[in-house]
Amino acid sequence: MDKLLAILEEIEPGNDYASETRLIDDGLINSISLLTLVSELEDAFDIEILPADLIPANFNSARSMWAMIQRLQKES
Amino acid sequence: MDYISPLYLFVFLPGLLLLYALIPKKYRWFLLLLASYCFYFLISRQLIVFLLAATGAAYAGGLLIGAQEARSSAAQAAQPEQAAAIRSRALRTKRLILFAAIAVPAGLLLFLKYYNFFGSNVNLLLSHSPSGPLPALRLALPLGISFYTLQAVSYLVDVSQGKIQPDRHPGRFALYMSFFPIIMEGPICRYSQIAPALYAGQPLKGKNISFGAQRILWGLFKKLVIADRLNPMVNAIFNHHEQYSGLVVVLGAVCYAFQLYADFSGCIDITIGAGEMFGVSLPENFRQPFFARTASEFWRRWHMTLGAWLKDYIFFPVSLSRLGKKLTKKARRTFGRRAGQIAQTVLPLAAVWLCSGLWHGAGWNYIFYGLYYFVLILLETILQPLCEKAAARLSLDMHGPLIRTLQTVKMLLIIFTGELFFRANGLRAGFAMLGSVFSGFSWSVFTDGTFLQFGLVPGDFAVAGAALLIVLLVDILHERGVHIREQVSGWKLPLRWCFYYAAILAVILFGAYGTGYLPADMIYAGF
Repeated sequence: MDKLLAILEEIEPGNDYASETRLIDDGLINSISLLTLVSELEDAFDIEILPADLIPANFNSARSMWAMIQRLQKES
Repeated sequence: MDYISPLYLFVFLPGLLLLYALIPKKYRWFLLLLASYCFYFLISRQLIVFLLAATGAAYAGGLLIGAQEARSSAAQAAQPEQAAAIRSRALRTKRLILFAAIAVPAGLLLFLKYYNFFGSNVNLLLSHSPSGPLPALRLALPLGISFYTLQAVSYLVDVSQGKIQPDRHPGRFALYMSFFPIIMEGPICRYSQIAPALYAGQPLKGKNISFGAQRILWGLFKKLVIADRLNPMVNAIFNHHEQYSGLVVVLGAVCYAFQLYADFSGCIDITIGAGEMFGVSLPENFRQPFFARTASEFWRRWHMTLGAWLKDYIFFPVSLSRLGKKLTKKARRTFGRRAGQIAQTVLPLAAVWLCSGLWHGAGWNYIFYGLYYFVLILLETILQPLCEKAAARLSLDMHGPLIRTLQTVKMLLIIFTGELFFRANGLRAGFAMLGSVFSGFSWSVFTDGTFLQFGLVPGDFAVAGAALLIVLLVDILHERGVHIREQVSGWKLPLRWCFYYAAILAVILFGAYGTGYLPADMIYAGF
């Protein structure tokens, strides 16, 4: 989880990732930053993120991203 | 019959509401389907076959994709190796079905909307004359095809990605594809957004009908008082642009931007209001677009459902495709993280804006319009960190009034220039008009009666100006999070009804309709 928080802070600094739950809905992470985030997550956690995974529910909070990463790691 | 015709507003809609209230809940979806098909047939006659074809292909495609999904899930019970082979086969078949099902509505759209444009350009390339190997065909563009095609594609992709289950009921699915308030101009709805409410047959509620009627009235105000009033002047300037230059062209571009906003957002208000009456909450399509500070923000505020569709079904799939990911990795290795981040967005952004331009129409000016925003958004992505650094060095507050004002002025210039090309009769005319802004520039046009040549009298300018100020005021209130209808509903009865009557009278007295006015088509219905 710390690794994920560090990646988020590096890509889009200034958000409270530990508590924020509307990162996508409130536009705190835009589409272009989301693409960078996907690339970083794929490299850092050795997972493959598909277009079907790009839904707000998976990226609205660090917690939901972490749940998605763990699910994708299990699936791969 | 369209959304602003008396037949629709005073016969079709109230009659349908009455029938809807009278019949049992379980038949209400069928009534809406019947009404939607009657509405469409009355406008489009035999062109309804294209709607039926798109609906049939999406419905069958959804079911077949769902069957492959079930086959893939059932494979879990098999031996691991066997299960992997079944899943792999199911995935391949699913992709094939998805492609074939999308090909039907998309193919119809491509052929009907773009064949002649493509053909004439190919002919020009091959033989330097418009007549060549690809003959021009007399093709009628079915109403709403650009909208219902996107709905069909989003449904099929969402089913294939497991986001939604396929609809097994052909009639109910047909209602999603044809719901009468959205069939002409959108908003482009996702299946999961509206299908449950469409099928629920919810009882009519006083608040929904009242709020829906108010939203329709607000839409009529924008459409009839502003858009249709400005229409003769916009037509005069754009259709005879070679006669004008300087401030007249500027005025034409500015008026067209306001006309388009009033027309499209007004018709969307009428659409959303009609949906609200039946308890169907349709997605918003506009969020105060003229308050945007950047080009990308503008597209998150203008025609929002198209922007969201392009993001979900073009931008992300292109970015996350094998080619997209390969390019991303290469770009990051070659240029480093920051430059790589920009490089990885070039391909998907280009695809999005090319599609956006082409979606609006088969013409080079529309392609230019799309690529214009592609370049602007790419420049924003590159320059934003530099601007932030420069502002920090100069101790400027990026959210302060000075920067905010400069950003608004910049965006207005960008919007007006873009709309000039969007409305121009071709790309050449667009460039000629832009060039003519800088020649024959004279302030005397304000006093020498030039502006009175376009079929508008000073009273028309006063009415349009005052109505635009009201729209601006409402947009400011919305931007501040004020829910106007909720506020008004809390007023005392006499005051509330004075307000409603004033609004109705404003539309009746100041609307541009009847003798002396040519009925103006809904602009986006033509796309």
